[in-house]
Amino acid sequence: MLLSINNLHASINGKEILKGIQLNVNNGEVHAIMGPNGTGKSTLASVIAGRDVFDVTAGDIFYKGKNLQKLTVEERAREGIFLGFQYPVEIPGVSMTNFMRTAVNELRKYKGLNPFSGSEFIRMMEEKKKLVEITSNLTNRSVNEGFSGGEKKKNEIFQMAMLDPTLAILDETDSGLDIDALRIVANGVNKLRTKENAFLVITHYQRLLDYIVPDFVHVLFEGRIVKSGGKELAIELEEKGYDWIKNEQKA
Amino acid sequence: MQDLVKETISKERMVKLFSSFSGKIFSDDSPAISAIRGRAIESFSRIGFPTTKLEEWKNTDLTDSLNRIYDYYMIPQSEPDFQKIFRCNIPHLDTAILGLLNGWYVSKDVPLMELGNGIIMGSLSEARKKYPELVETHYGKVADDSKSGMTALNTAFSKDGVFIYVPDDVKSPKPVQMINVIQSDQNLFLQSRNLILLGKNSRLSLVHCDDSYNHQSSFSNIVTEIHLGENASLDHYKLQNLNNSSTLISSVYFQLDTAANIESHYLSLNGGLLRNNIDLVFNGPQGNANIYGLYLMDRKQHIDNHIFIDHRYPDCTSSELFKGIMDENASGVFSGHVLVRRNAQKTNAYQSNKNILLTDTARINSKPFLEIYADDVKCSHGSTTGQLDPESMFYLRQRGIGEESARMLLMFAFADQVVRKIAIPQLQSRIEDMVKKRLQGELQICDQCVLHCSSPEHPVDFRIDMSKL
Repeated sequence: MLLSINNLHASINGKEILKGIQLNVNNGEVHAIMGPNGTGKSTLASVIAGRDVFDVTAGDIFYKGKNLQKLTVEERAREGIFLGFQYPVEIPGVSMTNFMRTAVNELRKYKGLNPFSGSEFIRMMEEKKKLVEITSNLTNRSVNEGFSGGEKKKNEIFQMAMLDPTLAILDETDSGLDIDALRIVANGVNKLRTKENAFLVITHYQRLLDYIVPDFVHVLFEGRIVKSGGKELAIELEEKGYDWIKNEQKA
Repeated sequence: MQDLVKETISKERMVKLFSSFSGKIFSDDSPAISAIRGRAIESFSRIGFPTTKLEEWKNTDLTDSLNRIYDYYMIPQSEPDFQKIFRCNIPHLDTAILGLLNGWYVSKDVPLMELGNGIIMGSLSEARKKYPELVETHYGKVADDSKSGMTALNTAFSKDGVFIYVPDDVKSPKPVQMINVIQSDQNLFLQSRNLILLGKNSRLSLVHCDDSYNHQSSFSNIVTEIHLGENASLDHYKLQNLNNSSTLISSVYFQLDTAANIESHYLSLNGGLLRNNIDLVFNGPQGNANIYGLYLMDRKQHIDNHIFIDHRYPDCTSSELFKGIMDENASGVFSGHVLVRRNAQKTNAYQSNKNILLTDTARINSKPFLEIYADDVKCSHGSTTGQLDPESMFYLRQRGIGEESARMLLMFAFADQVVRKIAIPQLQSRIEDMVKKRLQGELQICDQCVLHCSSPEHPVDFRIDMSKL
């Protein structure tokens, strides 16, 4: 098993957001996490990635058999966890090239590989750019600075392609995308799917799942996974709306 | 020689020393210079050394610097080897080098060079003798002695420094580099004086370095007067890399005639106590001044950038961008005062000061200040002080970049906004290199010029290669 989350409780500033998450993910699987706003979807993504503003108060997360809480943010990343941000951060002054070259070479160093030379790196970058149809020259652009909403999301998938993670968590990658950008992003993800890696696709709408077809769909509500099923669950949710879940929970 | 040796410097001692000199030390002075000295020592007797009781010095305390024991000489103490001391090894940067050692001009060939295109540069003391009319038109007139005790003291005592004259319509073919080096096994007090005159439609790039190669205490009180004639243009760089026991009061006075243009870059990488007084007056309409500053301070270092811009005429633009990273127990001041006088309509003035404090004990006192008496103007100011952005840190680390490297990347990005403004590409690369080294804590007081921090045989890698950290 790649990822195993047991009875995970997490809070921010003393307010509990996650209230006992159970989730198992195997290599080669795509899991969709759906749910209404404010139920803890992004928190779950952040906690797996190791964001320190959240306190894990109970439970544990095992990834490749390792207790994630013992690893720093960068160690988790180097072990193959990638988080596609809902709101990618703009970092003026740090060029995309410098940023990606640093990240790729730190990862290679961690794996005991020699750093890429300048030309090897540029070649790799050009190849991965094609995957998400990025045509602009990234060399002189600062990370996400002045990128449109669509460009930022494409940039996340581009970075994912560069880092080749084992577990990719995509946090509302579809939000703010028009249909063309959505298709490009989804195609990029599909091309990166293998038997070895796994995806955790967090989304509010079923729309993205038309393109990235999940093996499992989980509904997160008030900090717990309250319903799990196959891809047909997403369609059912789309038809009945989240009120269906809310009413079911109240009942 | 009645120099001041092994003494602390106080107002009384300096005034007494001045009167003991009369007729001897300053015997070369023209009547005009003599009168300027007389007026200046009077101002100094009235004002004295700055204390924290003065609003302008509230957060910069000179007590400790003044209480140390210094030697103060009125003639140069050694005949240095120019080639050995003043070397600048920025690859492919071709500059004309003017060297000052312990405040005294060091001749390479002759004390004053007169180039074919009419440019004169070299020792100010020599220029006073050879070109009195040229010097006296502006000497002691760009800088105002009546307000600043430090400037008055310099005017009263200074004997030497750099003189540069660029005639009307002449564009200096290469940058001029003034290297002001302190190298002594004694604690030195020194006061040099520079005068830079740009004729109408002339152009000059000037790189002005303050360095120390030793670890002794020093107190430098340096005054530079810069006059820009109509439509003249100056690209000015001030690089400061002094040891932690050094005190530097650098006062630069700019006077801009109609449509003159100045870009000034203050890059303070190291120093015990650094005070930069930047005093700029628009002496005619349509002038433009961009002043950039970057300061990287740690330990108990102190930096104080004091800027005063006087908009006396309409249609002038001034902008200030000062950025600082303060680590450990470092302290700093940014004081930007822009005065827009009643008739200075259509003035554009911007001030920005941004600081990153890396520890709880680092401090910065930021005071942007606009004083506006005209009604048709565009002015704005802003000041921010904070830590490295935690969102950005998380983003970088999530991509596998280690915490230290991520901090370094963000700090460098913050500083680079100022470094990118450097218009001489070779200098920009080297400063980038130095800023990286400084942020990694590797920049030591070099045994050569401030710009000689990495060996020239090594190609400079412009990217931060984290594998080398």
